Amino acid sequence: MRRFSWLYVPAGLTYLFLYLPIVVLVVMSFNAAETPYRWDGFDTAWYGRLFDDRAVREGLINTLVVAAGATALSTVLGTLLAVGLARYTRSKLLDAIAVAPAVLPDIVLAIGLLAFYTAVQFTLGLHSILLAHTVFGTAFVAAVVRTRLAHIDGSLEEASRDLGATAVQTFVRITLPSLAPGIIAGALLAFSLSIDEFVIAFFTAGPQDPTLPIVIYSMVRFGVTPEINALATLLLAVSFTFVIAAQRLSRLTESL
Amino acid sequence: MSSTLTPQRAARTDVGPRGRRAARRERLAGRLATLGPGLGYLVVFLLVPLALVLSYTLFHRGRFGGIVYEASTDNFTRVADGLYLGVIWTSVKLAGLTTLLALLLGYPTAYLIARLPRRWRTVALVLVVLPFWTNFLIRTYAWIILLNSEGVINRTLTGIGAIDRPLELLYTPGAVVGGLLYAYLPLMVLPLYSAIERLDPQLREASANLGARPARTFWSVTLPLTLPGVLTGCVFVFVPSLGNFVVPELLGGGRTVMVGNLIRDQFLKARDWPFGSTLALVVIALLVLLLMAQAWATRRLAGGNRA
Repeated sequence: MRRFSWLYVPAGLTYLFLYLPIVVLVVMSFNAAETPYRWDGFDTAWYGRLFDDRAVREGLINTLVVAAGATALSTVLGTLLAVGLARYTRSKLLDAIAVAPAVLPDIVLAIGLLAFYTAVQFTLGLHSILLAHTVFGTAFVAAVVRTRLAHIDGSLEEASRDLGATAVQTFVRITLPSLAPGIIAGALLAFSLSIDEFVIAFFTAGPQDPTLPIVIYSMVRFGVTPEINALATLLLAVSFTFVIAAQRLSRLTESL
Repeated sequence: MSSTLTPQRAARTDVGPRGRRAARRERLAGRLATLGPGLGYLVVFLLVPLALVLSYTLFHRGRFGGIVYEASTDNFTRVADGLYLGVIWTSVKLAGLTTLLALLLGYPTAYLIARLPRRWRTVALVLVVLPFWTNFLIRTYAWIILLNSEGVINRTLTGIGAIDRPLELLYTPGAVVGGLLYAYLPLMVLPLYSAIERLDPQLREASANLGARPARTFWSVTLPLTLPGVLTGCVFVFVPSLGNFVVPELLGGGRTVMVGNLIRDQFLKARDWPFGSTLALVVIALLVLLLMAQAWATRRLAGGNRA
């Protein structure tokens, strides 16, 4: 950019808009005051309060259990689905079904699953959230793996078959390794979406085991306390590290 | 791959009917093994639940909750009631306003990012996406802190003497639009960026060389060619905004009710699932119309560019 462009104004506004709330959130988490509205000096007491909070700790564990299970399941289902859609069918309908969970508003999927679980008298708990998160997880993994499939060369697989490998051997030894970056990216996406997901978890959770977003929701609804700021700051730190690591990782795999 | 002597071709020529049958059987097995599990899962956990919601629209709530399986169109006449139509209209307006603002902020941002040197481009993009990867509820909570009558914005404004009484910012429709915009702005910037980045810079140069001023070039070259990206971004922002119930609840304080709040209340409070399902069907119908309009417009644009 050699000279000033009017584009800097709205673009600057965008970044200010995106980061002002985050900065305020983080600064206020180190506040000694009882409310996040007034600055009473630097203090890390809210972090101590947060670590003693059992609801938060249990919510975090529940969230990780759900996300790990849903990610494992969606990675397997989504990868197979992507290969099947790319290699074995040209059906537009099947394509549409596979992307539907990613396009559908979350509340529609949430009420649908609640209705379904109730109709088949399925007990609600962590497992019902896990199965629900697998629905959109599968769709996202399939979408990411499909873009990777479009870029890989099919001749390696043909060569493997011609040299006498069975279809299963070819899939395990050739197709899966060449899809690996896509599968990892898809799994990371499914994992982070599950960790953050609130609406579907809110509808399909049992009364006993809330996930962290559900705990946060009840904290926010109950009132504004700097403890939420401390939690927010920690979560921000984790997801920022995560995103930057993923970025580095994708640059690494691209250069390979 | 283009060589005529690939082993694949050679192998294909010597298969007899038995080989062909085996190949067909193998293809079927492959199809079942790859598509079977995923599609089976989506049928049970997506299509059956959606069919269930769809069927509920015809029934009604029993006296003590539950569902009475007597078909009628009562739910639809009830949706047509002024109160509910008003809420749906409010939702469409707020989601539409959010989309418009996202476009006004997002387009110049994406345009600027696409013109940055390559190494800065990635940094600028990651910075746009980063807030999106933080918890949605916490992002909404941040706005409560900012907008509250004792919040940062009001304190700053009274501090510098711009106002003497705190402005009422929280629990307004404006706060709801702000919260939705904050939640979904990255979803506008990303498709816009990829559309603008793909644009051939020579087209802009050609336009300039032919004497068009920058504004003219923008309106008759850049914008039309990036319209598919604009449409995608608008859908990405409008769809989640329309069904959102968390932002209107936390930032609208229950004073701004959107259709998502109605659906949530019908399912979890009033326990009138048939009516909640009917409202959800209205949302789905609106979105299907929107997606059809988008597909139609994108096709027309693609056709226009080729001509």
